[in-house]
This record gives sequence, structure tokens and C-alpha cells, in this order.
Amino acid sequence: MKATPNDGKESSWVYSGRVWRYGDNINTDIIYPGIYLEITDPAEMAEHAMTGQDDRLVQGARPGDLLVAGDNFGCGSSREHAPLALKEAGIAVVVAGSFARIFYRNSVNVGLPLLVCPGADKAIQEGDEASVDLERGQVTNLSTGAACAGIPLSEYELSLLAQGGAVARFRASLGSDTQR
Amino acid sequence: MSQGMTATEKILAEHSGLSRVTPGQFVNAKVDMALANDATAGKIIARFREIEVERVFDPEKVVFVLDHYTPSNNIASATVCQETREFTQTAGGQLIEVGKGGIEHCVLPERGLVLPGDLLVGQDSHTCQHGALGAFATAIGVTDMAATLALGEVWLMVPTTLKFQLVGQTDDWASGKDLALFIISQIGVDGALYRAMEFSGETIENLRMDGRFTLCNMAVDCGAKNAFIAADGVTDEYEKGRAKRPYTKVNSDPDAQYEKVYEWDVSGLRPQVARPHIPSNVVSIDEAERVPVNQVFIGSCTNGGLDDMKAAAEVFAGRQVHAGVRAIVIPGSQEVYLESLRQGYIESFIEAGAAVSTPTCGPCFGGHMGIVAEGEVCVSTTNRNFPGRMGHSKSSIYLVNPAVAAATAVAGYLTSPEEVLA
Repeated sequence: MKATPNDGKESSWVYSGRVWRYGDNINTDIIYPGIYLEITDPAEMAEHAMTGQDDRLVQGARPGDLLVAGDNFGCGSSREHAPLALKEAGIAVVVAGSFARIFYRNSVNVGLPLLVCPGADKAIQEGDEASVDLERGQVTNLSTGAACAGIPLSEYELSLLAQGGAVARFRASLGSDTQR
Repeated sequence: MSQGMTATEKILAEHSGLSRVTPGQFVNAKVDMALANDATAGKIIARFREIEVERVFDPEKVVFVLDHYTPSNNIASATVCQETREFTQTAGGQLIEVGKGGIEHCVLPERGLVLPGDLLVGQDSHTCQHGALGAFATAIGVTDMAATLALGEVWLMVPTTLKFQLVGQTDDWASGKDLALFIISQIGVDGALYRAMEFSGETIENLRMDGRFTLCNMAVDCGAKNAFIAADGVTDEYEKGRAKRPYTKVNSDPDAQYEKVYEWDVSGLRPQVARPHIPSNVVSIDEAERVPVNQVFIGSCTNGGLDDMKAAAEVFAGRQVHAGVRAIVIPGSQEVYLESLRQGYIESFIEAGAAVSTPTCGPCFGGHMGIVAEGEVCVSTTNRNFPGRMGHSKSSIYLVNPAVAAATAVAGYLTSPEEVLA
């Protein structure tokens, strides 16, 4: 049975939007500076997304935009605020050459889709329009036509994202004792 | 044909009720301890409530430590601490209060709350530090933690293991911190991505416990899932008077499979410096530029131990912090603080003109107790130096060991202990 997104989109794992482009080793102090960790309101958290580097994303991002980065995206702290702030700021998918471990888990758990696609940051410039297919693992630069092949998400990850993240899944598992 | 397993694989298998596991396999592992702190306790509690479970899976196996923004630096922080106290009373769990503990990773081993052979998950990236005790210890996020508090288990993918076999005696002024920085410089900040880092060899066997903690602390800063040093006589000695239950010393099998084995002779390794703005930008102290500094910070989970206070005190004793420099020293725990007082280290710090504070993570992550302004240079014994880590995004951070930090505070610029002691 195929996992499907439940966010009102038609039944596909394809996202298209304007790209915000970053380099390698974008760490969580950049994605969400430590001084803001006490903020709990998601809308307020969104105001600080990527401000460790600059405020261009919080100034200009619109829902459905994409973030494309180089290697080791999300390295550093385990703060779940990082993927959450990006999601709240409107980012629909993060594409990177590779992801840091804790950030990857956190992102799947909060329901922010990710795609590993080495070289995507070379095929795409800031401001380009791009399209991401999570099932095929495909990234396409709609402005230039360039394409990049990434690693398709597993059924496990797609189902977790479709359910809206880990908490929804855990609530379901507490209801049934069979899953061990 | 039964292939040997690494220590990490053994601990994961044992906690998952399996006779063996292999890298890449997903397991549901039971945890011996779940650790959280005030930086994210509020969010964990909120997430826990979404699951609609009333009590944590086992109050003895849950601990909340108030350390990041404490003593509370503003109303938001005070409110989170208040919620955390109420939560441990209603839903269960131990609370390590301000004044009665210290930084989470310093306190847990002191209290025997994590032991060799244990499986510990923590909502903090430097949870990997506890691998120094021969435990499996890894970081998870808020949502994972909320689920673990309810269920008492966590899903994990079994990592491959990188083995680091180190021989040789480092320079007198070099220690666990310098081994960590050296390794990061060799493999990069993602050189151990998703892997277990297993440290062995005579260099490791000769490391005191504090040095082992420091080395394992920075495993996450190479991207690792966990770090591991097999428990031995040094560990047993450390555990005397601390462990309140039996523990298991786990060793990798002789025929265990490693993804890669690094064999390095670190004889004479000098103190290392991670220059701005990434922990892998490392040179020896002898090659580092004598850059003038504004702030020096000695402390954090990475270097807040008694050996670290001692090393700094040896340099500060009888000397003065340079005019124009502010030095801040924060012992990692009340136990370390008290012993540092008894040994005269605190006196050396204060007489030198350094500020000494109650244990807190504070300056390390730009929380409080020593934030830096635009253009400032900070030399620090912490674990990350990305832009903005300790304050303004246009400040610069150099990561060093405590003796180098103290020497820098005295000289007014980044320098080695020998230059100041001469």
C-alpha cells in the first residue's frame, strides 16, 4: 500500500517552488541560533530560521519554497527547533548532498521532508524554480532544465511523513500491542 | 558461522532482545536511561502530553537536568524549569536541580546514573560523551524523546563502527581535547557520519577518565552516532563509590568487522587549536596565529572536569588575566566545584582576575554568562565554533584545551602554556 501525503495535495510526492541555496556544513546554530531555544510558539520560531547566517530567508520565503544545500546539512546541535523553524517559515522540502544524523531524524519526526541529492547545490542557483520528487529521488531545475539524481525516500520514511510525523505514529502504536 | 560483533553492536543487540545485529539493521532498543535538560524540556513535555500518556515508562530511568539556561536567565527559562519540576512530580522522573548537580554530562557519570554496558539516550548532541564509560549513548530529538519517555524504548539503526587505534604519549600539555581536535582535523566534521567511533590503543588506555569523556564528547562533532571506549581498570576505579548496581564490561570481539580502522601514532602530539569557523580547521598551538582575544572561557561538558580545572589552575597560579581580557571559568558540576575549592584552584582563578560561576552550560552555546559581541574573539574549551555559536554571528571562536585557554587569558593573545610559564 503506497503512502500518500495528507496535506491536501493531489496524491504525489512532488514539490515545486523557489529555491533558497546554502553551502556545506550548515550547522544548527545557523539554522536556529541558540539564544532562541526557549521560544515555543512555532510562528515565532519561524522568524529566526537561518538567521545565524542572514535574514534573507525569513524576509522572502513563501510557503512551498525549497531549500537546497551542500554536504552535512544540519550538523551540530540536536535542536528540533531547526527543522521545525524551517517548516514553519514555509520550506516544503530540504535537499542536500548529505544530512547530519540528528537533524535527519528530527526532520522526519516533525514532518519536514528531506532528500539526499549530492550535487543539487551545483545544479541550482538561488532564486531558481525547482521541482523535487521524493519517491523517484529526482531534483529538477525548472529554470534551466538541469536534473540531479538523489536517493528516493524509503516506504518507512514516506509513511512517517504521511502520518504527519512520529507522534501520530506513536499514538497509533500505543493503541495496539501487536507492533513489537 | 558466527561473525564477531563490535561492542556497539553487542549493546544494541542485548537491549533489543536479539542474539546478534548487523550494521544497517533497524532495532527497537530498551533504554536504561533517558536524559533531558531545560533547553528543550518544555517542548518534550508538550510533545509527551500529545501522546496522552500520564506517567513516564519508569521514573528511575528518566532524568531531567537543569543546566543550559540556569540559574534561570529570563522568565521563559524560569517557566520551563517550573514546568519541568511539576512534570517530574506528576509524570515521574528524577530532577537534578540548580545547586544540586551541574551540567548533565558531568553529573550523570558522577552519580552512577550511566554505567558500562548501559544504553542511554539524551536530548543533547553531546550525549555521546558517555561512551567513555563503555556504554552506548546517543542523541535524539524532542519528538523521539517524548516517545521514549512514554514507551521506554527507541528505534535505532545499527551503525557501522570506525576503529581508532592510537599509540604513543602526547605532549605533557596535550590531553583528550587535543586528541579529539586532531581526529576531527583528519576525518572532517562528517568523517564519522552515522558511525560508531571506537577508541582503543595504549594512548586511550593511559587516558584518565576526564580525558576519555572529552574525547568521546566531540565524537558528534565528526558526525558520529556514538563513541565507545571499553571499560577497564581505569573505569572500575572511577566507578568505586559511584555505581549502585552491577555493570557489564563490553568488548568488541577479536573478529568484529569494522568499516575502517585508523592506526595513528600520536607521540608528541602538541595542543591543538580549532580556528574559526569550523571544528575541523585545526592546527597545532605552535602554528596558530598569536591573535589578540577579548574573552576566554574554560568549562562546558567538554572540559568542565576536575583535571581541566587543575590544568587551568596550574597556568593561572600566581599570574594575572591580561588587561583587556575577560576570563570566565565554570566548573562542570558542584562536585568538581567543591573539589576545585579544596584544592585551591578556585582561589587561583579569582586571584588571577577570572570570573568563576556556578555550573552551567551558559556561554558554550550563546545562552548566557558570557556572550560575545560583534568582532570579538573568544578562546574557549567548548566543542563548536560555528559563526554565532557564542553570540554575535560576526565573532570568532578558537577551541582549545584548558591549559591553552588559561595561557591565552594571561598573555592576552592565543598562545601555548610554555610561553606563559617561561
